Amino acid sequence: MRAMTVAARYQAVALLGVVERNAYLVKRYGWWELAFFVWTVANTLTIVFIADGVEATGGRLDVERVTASLLIGAVIWSYLGIVFEILTETVAWERWEGTIEYTFMAPLPRAIHLLGMGAFAVLYGVLRTAALFAVVALFFGLGFPRADFGAALVLLAVASVSFVGVGMITAVLPLISPEKGAQLGFIAQGLLLVVSGVYYPVEVMPGWMQAIATVSPATYALHGIRASVLDGAGVGAVWGDLWPLLVLGAVAIPAGLLVFRAGERYAKRHGKLKRSG
Amino acid sequence: MSSAVEVQSLYKQFVHRKGRRVERSVALDGVSLSIARGECVAVLGQNGSGKSTLVRALSTLLLYEGGSAHVFGHDVQREPRAVRRLVNRVSVEASFFKRLSPAENLAYAARFYGIGPGESRRRIPAILASVGFPADRGRAPMEDLSRGMQQKVALARALLTAPTLLLLDEPTTGLDPRSKREVQAFVGEVRRRHDTTTLLCTHDMAEADALADRVGILHRGRLLALDAPAGLRRRYGAATLEDAFLAATGRALEDDEEAPEEEAA
Repeated sequence: MRAMTVAARYQAVALLGVVERNAYLVKRYGWWELAFFVWTVANTLTIVFIADGVEATGGRLDVERVTASLLIGAVIWSYLGIVFEILTETVAWERWEGTIEYTFMAPLPRAIHLLGMGAFAVLYGVLRTAALFAVVALFFGLGFPRADFGAALVLLAVASVSFVGVGMITAVLPLISPEKGAQLGFIAQGLLLVVSGVYYPVEVMPGWMQAIATVSPATYALHGIRASVLDGAGVGAVWGDLWPLLVLGAVAIPAGLLVFRAGERYAKRHGKLKRSG
Repeated sequence: MSSAVEVQSLYKQFVHRKGRRVERSVALDGVSLSIARGECVAVLGQNGSGKSTLVRALSTLLLYEGGSAHVFGHDVQREPRAVRRLVNRVSVEASFFKRLSPAENLAYAARFYGIGPGESRRRIPAILASVGFPADRGRAPMEDLSRGMQQKVALARALLTAPTLLLLDEPTTGLDPRSKREVQAFVGEVRRRHDTTTLLCTHDMAEADALADRVGILHRGRLLALDAPAGLRRRYGAATLEDAFLAATGRALEDDEEAPEEEAA
């Protein structure tokens, strides 16, 4: 029993170390963080203005609802981008700094290492996207009087498990290709969202894309969060989106760890761990 | 004395594909060596001789194709986590998060060895002081520190985890003479005080002579000789270690070999 407690403390300290290091980096790159936030706001505005633009060019639509729907899509895109970016940095940033060999030769279980990166990504992602959501909602004067933000947060939390699992898979790419691996993370993010109804209902896509959408966690996250924020659906009402997210999450984390371990073995066999590409 | 490191017929090759062509370069070709607990063994070799590959293999950072390596009885490939608890390393590049301070970098490393925030707040200033790092620079970003200071922090990082096997991969290369002497003195002191076993890979004959109990000559992935410095000089009828190296390999230590890709990177 005591040995188990010691082991659990050991893992908790290691996980804390990963989260803490990322927090230090955010602090030390504070002005860059601000610049990226401004860029994200600008990027989100370009999407959300589309509703006003369609109306101005003669289209008929409920501008406020479409604006809010686009905002939710843009915010989830941003959130997913943060999660994938931070997990991809598990390898990419450490290789750039030259610290990767020290981290990989430490007695740190890879699962704890990746879960630490995932925990920080979720915490940081929630804070950044909440700020983004508030700024853009204020800009457009959106009120969300019926919103159930609690249910939306539950959906985001459960979806995050799957996002972290997929992020672990993308994190391995810089191990396999030091030169191009990190960019492939953006491709994964784009592919995941294009089939998930990020700015449009899934039903407008061709049948084969709709089939892929059924295994994307972003599909259920977007659908459920829109229902909670726009129509006030509670946790019970979004159960149809929650249970697939629970199933996908249960599969995604072990799959992510398996793929990362395979990538790590490949890198150690071919001497690709230390290359700064 | 019981054996701290036991390497038997270690073989590592790197495979490179260039279109349809497959090229193989052998980095370690049947290396065998044994290091006793508390002993310091230096390995001399040119760039590309396989020194860093040997250190990486013992650090669990490379998978080898043949032979075996044990650290304090633990198989390096089969029990990597047990080995990682016992080993730390200082390499030629200090390798830190450059915007973070020495204290933040050391705290990051410490957490992986179960050292929590309270303990690291006590131990980090003490260990930085013990390597002669000025207390008033503890919060400065690493990128603002000289190369010598960075290498002292690298030593502090290695010692923070109290390794029983310390792997030093050209720890003083590129340092000014004063920093070099300080680092060498500290390595000697750590060995005397903590009974740490040390594998030192170096270009520096004087460093090897001063720090090591035995010196090995690694050439093109093969360990040609391993003996006490005096024994090596006798064996090759040489007045200096440099002459012994020249006699063993036919080349001066400063000459570069064409390195396998992993070594050259």
